[in-house]
Amino acid sequence: MLRFTMRRLLQMIPTIIAVALLIFVIFSVVPGSFASSLMADGKTASDPELLARLNEQFGLDKPVYIRAWEYLSGLAHFDLGTSFRTREPVLDVINDRIWASLKLSIAAMVFAIVIGVPLGFIAALRPGSVLDSITMIGAVSGLSMPQFWLGLLLMYFFALVLGWLPSFGYGGGDLKYLILPAITLGVTPLALLARTTRAGVLEITNEDFIRTAHSKGMSNSRVIRWHLMRNVMVLVVTTIGLQFGSMMGQAVVIEKLFSWPGIGSLLIDSVSIRDIPVVQGTILVIVLWFLLINTFVDIIYAAIDPRIKQT
Amino acid sequence: MTDTPLLELKNLHVGIPKRDGYLDIVKDVSFSIMPGEAFGLVGESGSGKSLTALSLIRLLKKPLKVSKGQILFKGRDLQTLSDREMRGLRGERIAMIFQEPMTALNPLKTVGRQIAEMFVLHRGMGWAEAGRKAVDALASVKVPAPEERVLAYPHQMSGGMRQRVMIAIALACDPDLLIADEPTTALDVTVQDEVLKLIGELCAARGTAVLMISHDLGVIANMCQRVGVMYSGRLVEERDTYDLFAAPRHPYTKGLLGALPRLGTRHGAAGRQRLVDIDGLIKDREALLQEFCFQPRNTIRDPRLRADGAA
Ligand SMILES: Nc1ncnc2c1ncn2[C@@H]1O[C@H](COP(=O)(O)OP(=O)(O)OP(=O)(O)O)[C@@H](O)[C@H]1O
Ligand SMILES: [Mg+2]
Repeated sequence: MLRFTMRRLLQMIPTIIAVALLIFVIFSVVPGSFASSLMADGKTASDPELLARLNEQFGLDKPVYIRAWEYLSGLAHFDLGTSFRTREPVLDVINDRIWASLKLSIAAMVFAIVIGVPLGFIAALRPGSVLDSITMIGAVSGLSMPQFWLGLLLMYFFALVLGWLPSFGYGGGDLKYLILPAITLGVTPLALLARTTRAGVLEITNEDFIRTAHSKGMSNSRVIRWHLMRNVMVLVVTTIGLQFGSMMGQAVVIEKLFSWPGIGSLLIDSVSIRDIPVVQGTILVIVLWFLLINTFVDIIYAAIDPRIKQT
Repeated sequence: MTDTPLLELKNLHVGIPKRDGYLDIVKDVSFSIMPGEAFGLVGESGSGKSLTALSLIRLLKKPLKVSKGQILFKGRDLQTLSDREMRGLRGERIAMIFQEPMTALNPLKTVGRQIAEMFVLHRGMGWAEAGRKAVDALASVKVPAPEERVLAYPHQMSGGMRQRVMIAIALACDPDLLIADEPTTALDVTVQDEVLKLIGELCAARGTAVLMISHDLGVIANMCQRVGVMYSGRLVEERDTYDLFAAPRHPYTKGLLGALPRLGTRHGAAGRQRLVDIDGLIKDREALLQEFCFQPRNTIRDPRLRADGAA
């Protein structure tokens, strides 16, 4: 198991290098630079000499392949470059923001799992019941509603109308501020989880080994606990992983909407001023998160399903 | 063999509820099994053997129900038992082996654990003690190296081995009746005999009565004292196995016997004698209710074969 884990982690390295390179190349071909965006703010005159000096200062005058090489070799030492704007190491800039993002993602996922999975279970055990119908209608609405709009709706209702919760901001870590953004971000995975869980339960219920379990003289609740749960979990874990992995990416808009000081809002701010090293760094973190979660899911998968060869 | 039967079916009907009563698939089946006796049930695919068997342990799937008749086990009508009482019988007094060893076991649990469940359920043992008993149970079905094999998962075993595990589960609590629904049909020919012999030996040694279901008369002839022939949901003949082979009464049974390969004759392209097949197919079930039950098979016309059973 340990060797399997190590191997899966090592297998991430080539992917990370490829992704880092790709991100770098993309941002070296997009038009606009930090220097030109500084001048476009109206305070600085459009001066070619100044532009050249600025480019030199930020190292933007060197050829792309040299900068790419410098970037990658920096990465090997966990050096993500220096922010154009604050002149701080990108790693420090991200470090200031990542914890808020992690907090939001985990809260959203916990919300989705704790409500979505039991809901799917209950719906499946009473197919066609009122609860089942409500759950499935809710799941479809949850999936089709734009998150941005849902966020605004929640903000309007719970913050402005009822005044129960703060409408936006971090509140220095006060958990009250976490509730609305976490719910907004968690609704889509919740709906998906409720649906996959329900489908999973219905699928497993029809398996032969469930009939065997009944023929042994087990009560329904024992059949569920001993034979259904874990088999359904194998199906659900995949969905949880995919949702959790892509959550940092999905959080970008939500963070901006709620002025949540995570890497999502950092990304949007940095894009607008062409602070390329920070943009690259945040995107890399988002991708890394996805890879890490998926590797983690593979490992869990191997741990609960003996049919998967641990090679 | 003069005492009361262990199991007695009286005019059993199994059907699907409809607006006006039931659409019966199994019609008017009556037979009885004495303690320790091996009773065979033959019939082609779709003749209702499995439905008859499943109704005995009340595990018919959703729309199907026992629509008429009685199932007496040790004189008690199983249909009047509460769910809890029925669970006490399942696995404990009446055990069942299914056709598909590949899917009848839970892929995520070790076979040892799946055997041990029987002792936990019906003998009130803890898992540790039940685990030790599982090793004995596995040894009793002649699985080599049972101490190691209890830790194996179903996918690590061959079909024959899995069916042995199923036998170990079924016989774990020394039931009075074992229902074996085509236990060898899905197996390799070479292991079919071993598995059948194993069932025969174990049940004979423990005095367990067997309801052996098969579409293979040869299998039945080897181990059953009496045999019932099912055709299109009805029990068309019920006799001593020896008598049946010597002088089949029902035209369908004659057909079945004619389809058996016989020692000393050669079949196939180079052979002199062809295997007899029974012409025609079982027709649409609803049409059968009105029509002659055997008429579509045009080699035989016999008024005894009317679907309503009237001679
Ligand atoms: N849920 C159901 N709804 C309608 N028809 C059903 C249902 N379940 C089974 N049947 C039909 O009932 C008939 C009897 O089925 P059964 O499984 O008892 O046959 P069998 O004799 O065991 O055949 P086999 O040798 O293939 O196992 C079949 O024709 C089948 O199509
Ligand atoms: Mg069958």
